[in-house]
Amino acid sequence: MYPENFRYTKEHEWVLVEGDTGTIGITDHAQEELGDIVYVDLPKAGAKLEQGKSLGSVESVKAVSDVYSPVSGEVLESNPLLADAPEKLNEDPHGVAWLVKIKLSSPADAANLMTAADYQTYIGAEK
Amino acid sequence: MLDACGAGSPEDLFAHLPGAVRLNRPLAIEPGISEYEIVEYFKQRASECAAGYSSFLGAGVYNHYRPVLVDTVVSRGEFLTSYTPYQAEISQGTLTAIFEFQTMICQLTGMDVANASMYDGSTAVPEAAMMAVRATGKGRVLVAKTVHPEYREVLRTYARNQGMPVEEFGYAEEAGTIDLEDLERKMDDLTGAVIVQSPNFFGIVDQVKAAAEIAHKRGALLVLIFTEAVSMGILEPAADADIVAGELQSFAISPSYGGPYAGIIATKEKLVRQMPGRLVGQTTDSRGNRAFCLTLSTREQHIRREKATSNICTNQALIALMATVFMSVYGKLGLRELAEQNLAKSHYLAGKMTPRFSGKFFNEFVAKVGSPEAVNKALLKRRIVGGLPLGRFYPVLADCMLLCATEMSRKADMDAIGEVLKVPTAATEQAEVLA
Amino acid sequence: MIGKVREHLSQNESLLFERSSPGKRAYQLPELDVPAVDAGEALGAENVRDGIEGFPEVSEVETIRHFTRLSTWNYAIDHGMYPLGSCTMKYNPRINELVARIEGLAWAHPYQPEALSQGCMQIMDRLESILAEITGMDAVTLQPAAGAHGELTGILLIRALLEKRGNARKKILIPDSAHGTNPATAAIAGYAVENIKSNSSGVLDVGALEQLVTEDVAALMVTNPNTLGVFEENIIHVAELLHQKGAMLYMDGANMNALVGMARPGDFGVDVLHLNLHKTFSTPHGGGGPGAGPVCVKKVLEPFLPTPRLKRSGKKLTFDYKRKHSIGRVKAFYGNFGVLVRALAYILAHGGPGLRNATMDAVLNAVYIRKALEPYYDLPYPSANMHEVVFSDDRQAKLGVRTGELAKRLIDYGFHPYTVSFPLIVHGALMIEPTETESKIEIDQFIDAMISIAKEVEADPQLVKNAPYGTRTSKVDEVTAARKPVLRWKPA
Repeated sequence: MYPENFRYTKEHEWVLVEGDTGTIGITDHAQEELGDIVYVDLPKAGAKLEQGKSLGSVESVKAVSDVYSPVSGEVLESNPLLADAPEKLNEDPHGVAWLVKIKLSSPADAANLMTAADYQTYIGAEK
Repeated sequence: MLDACGAGSPEDLFAHLPGAVRLNRPLAIEPGISEYEIVEYFKQRASECAAGYSSFLGAGVYNHYRPVLVDTVVSRGEFLTSYTPYQAEISQGTLTAIFEFQTMICQLTGMDVANASMYDGSTAVPEAAMMAVRATGKGRVLVAKTVHPEYREVLRTYARNQGMPVEEFGYAEEAGTIDLEDLERKMDDLTGAVIVQSPNFFGIVDQVKAAAEIAHKRGALLVLIFTEAVSMGILEPAADADIVAGELQSFAISPSYGGPYAGIIATKEKLVRQMPGRLVGQTTDSRGNRAFCLTLSTREQHIRREKATSNICTNQALIALMATVFMSVYGKLGLRELAEQNLAKSHYLAGKMTPRFSGKFFNEFVAKVGSPEAVNKALLKRRIVGGLPLGRFYPVLADCMLLCATEMSRKADMDAIGEVLKVPTAATEQAEVLA
Repeated sequence: MIGKVREHLSQNESLLFERSSPGKRAYQLPELDVPAVDAGEALGAENVRDGIEGFPEVSEVETIRHFTRLSTWNYAIDHGMYPLGSCTMKYNPRINELVARIEGLAWAHPYQPEALSQGCMQIMDRLESILAEITGMDAVTLQPAAGAHGELTGILLIRALLEKRGNARKKILIPDSAHGTNPATAAIAGYAVENIKSNSSGVLDVGALEQLVTEDVAALMVTNPNTLGVFEENIIHVAELLHQKGAMLYMDGANMNALVGMARPGDFGVDVLHLNLHKTFSTPHGGGGPGAGPVCVKKVLEPFLPTPRLKRSGKKLTFDYKRKHSIGRVKAFYGNFGVLVRALAYILAHGGPGLRNATMDAVLNAVYIRKALEPYYDLPYPSANMHEVVFSDDRQAKLGVRTGELAKRLIDYGFHPYTVSFPLIVHGALMIEPTETESKIEIDQFIDAMISIAKEVEADPQLVKNAPYGTRTSKVDEVTAARKPVLRWKPA
């Protein structure tokens, strides 16, 4: 369920680091909690992100949740799919419905995050 | 019931309140009176007001006939005593009416989307300004001096606490429209909103297109304000405006000494998520039938809390419903004919005096009368309330008054005004001598 | 099933635009008694519009049928109880409607000479005095148009006072149980928001408060009784704590229906509060507004009140515009006068003793409901409740049914739902406020309905989850409405 090569945050974001670029998304657990997603607010290309700070938000009918960046860097692109089809985020949060591609400013950021196993334990404990 | 609550008397249910908090005496308010006495009280108060006078006041609040159907509809308990339509399945009446309202406002203003009303025109101004600031990321606001003076006051109250600098630009001496050179001079790259009103406070059709060009060139949005909704029956909507905000009081909403009224904000599609206030959207129910519901609620305070687009909760649903019925009764042909009558009446009245400005006007205009106070005093003797003396808002126009004539204005009263103005008062004589 | 409702045919109705056809009309204007004017000449040809594309064209009969049919799709107080917590959905007396329409009041123009407006000004003056007496405060402004507007005004008043003292300060403390307008208001007023947790009894955690009140704090915004319907028993101490540090106490007056005639905010340390006339004082909700949000203050804040203020000049009333320290205007003109008239009519009808009785009845009704439903619904905070009570859906959630679903099932029983999922500190909240309007008969039917639903959850949860069944539309798809917003009608 939770890809081994991702790293995870306590706020339920994931990041896949490949060299000095990364792909960021929210976890399946997050989309489950949010319910039907209606809108995704993402940053523009070139925006600077800071680890732990909000990069945008995800909305369901009755709630808004900030998405916090797992790593620091500069936005390369935001997923164009989600503007017209926010429901994809419910369907495939770890795959086609990634949120942001980013150029990492310090690749070591990801080392502090949880592994898939740690994350599974974490959400198990949350329940 | 008290037994079920384990209490001996209703007071017992308050016993847990700290003693220091309890009110130990009756309220100093007289005992309740009967329905008849209540009506008498208010009738007395009403008689101490201007009943039976003809009025030529406009300035943001207009005397228009209220079709009888308006009160018939809003008096229905299902509309009057219903709650905000959060539960869509049992509020389709209110939701459908609001959807129609939103549509008609779009049709009138030429915008893509409109919200389900703000408190009034005056508070719609800062809301529109904050919207433009959010959308452009630029915090400075330029507002025309020809926007309603009290609307500008409200804007300043809100702006002060948002760290939103507000600067005013002037009007052309002769024409009474905005001073485009002054706007150009004051415009900069930090400005997010340029706010103009048309017809403006002087009743004049203003240069919205030109103002929009200046705004857009430097990356600001053009916010267009209106106070006289009937003008939209005849005036071409401004295609260049980005946000339209204004007051619907003219649409069968009683003047009622200043409120309640209904404001609106309408805008282009791309700005919809920045728009404050309730929105009704079309959808389907689980059986596939068309249905309506409140939507895009995540902009609002009950969800986004401190990050909301506004703190507004209540809208003016019942008032907006009055406007909706008005718009249905008049319809496409009626609103045009109504506007044409207003144009005819105001121009007839203006023909009897010296308009101060050369600009083209709708149903209000500024007349140079020497001493507005003396003129009004004479008019009151004929049970006519004259125009608004402008000195209180524009000191250089202290010899002028703002007059409004609508479809309700009678020829006889307008002729009477003409007569009074022909008779030189001490003040006008003096003014002429000095001129 | 409880016998409050039965099926009934309701009329279909399309939108006005779908009913329109060219030339149909519902109006007739009189003949012009002055010469007509050419629009192009008068306004400039480029300024004249061709027509209003798509605007309705229907007859008078079609208009009245349209809106009448629409109205039959609504639930309203005139139908039955609204147990909505925090909304105070009491009866809207019809006398209010009659007096607000009296010609001299309804047609009064805000700029007409003061000499011809004394009646209107008297009404406002009398209401100001009465509201000051009810709240135990010194001065009142009637200018704000609604509760949230009043909140903003109140916070701006605090800011103005603190600025005058040399430091506007940076933050406002807000309980986690607060209504969403509170933090939204603080943000618009330019303050940062700091949340303060409620303790296990559901009231303000005084220890936490002591830590949080610093010289950076401008005010605490409190609702009392709070959104759990529980009286903040430490309120006097809380007020002292704040005042010692030079901060102020703002009270959201949404729950005044529990206090009128029994306790006064001014007596327990509140510096400024707003009232919701459309809640406590019976003015009609009308499907979402209008309201009015008068703000009542202690003397120290009086100089900052919005301009203009009513004052007496001999026997006459006049508006005072020369107010150096005022925060300015928060609205054009004087306030929602039409709403003020309705509130005053309500107050005159009840009088002092009547208002007090209404408060006691409101609390009695709510406590009665609490006792009856406690065996069936989880009560997260066992403290004494006042005019409203908050349950949680814990028990039902274990069987897979949440508060929103229970609420929809309540519709089938002929009631409007209670307030769902608020306050946020209760997971799966059911917030119930009957008001004094409801008789024992209506309340017993409500209680029976809620008990029946609790039993249905145990016997057949799916039945409850798929509700409502008896409404004109089945469950409305709010997800698609948000994903693909359609916000106006367009011709095909």
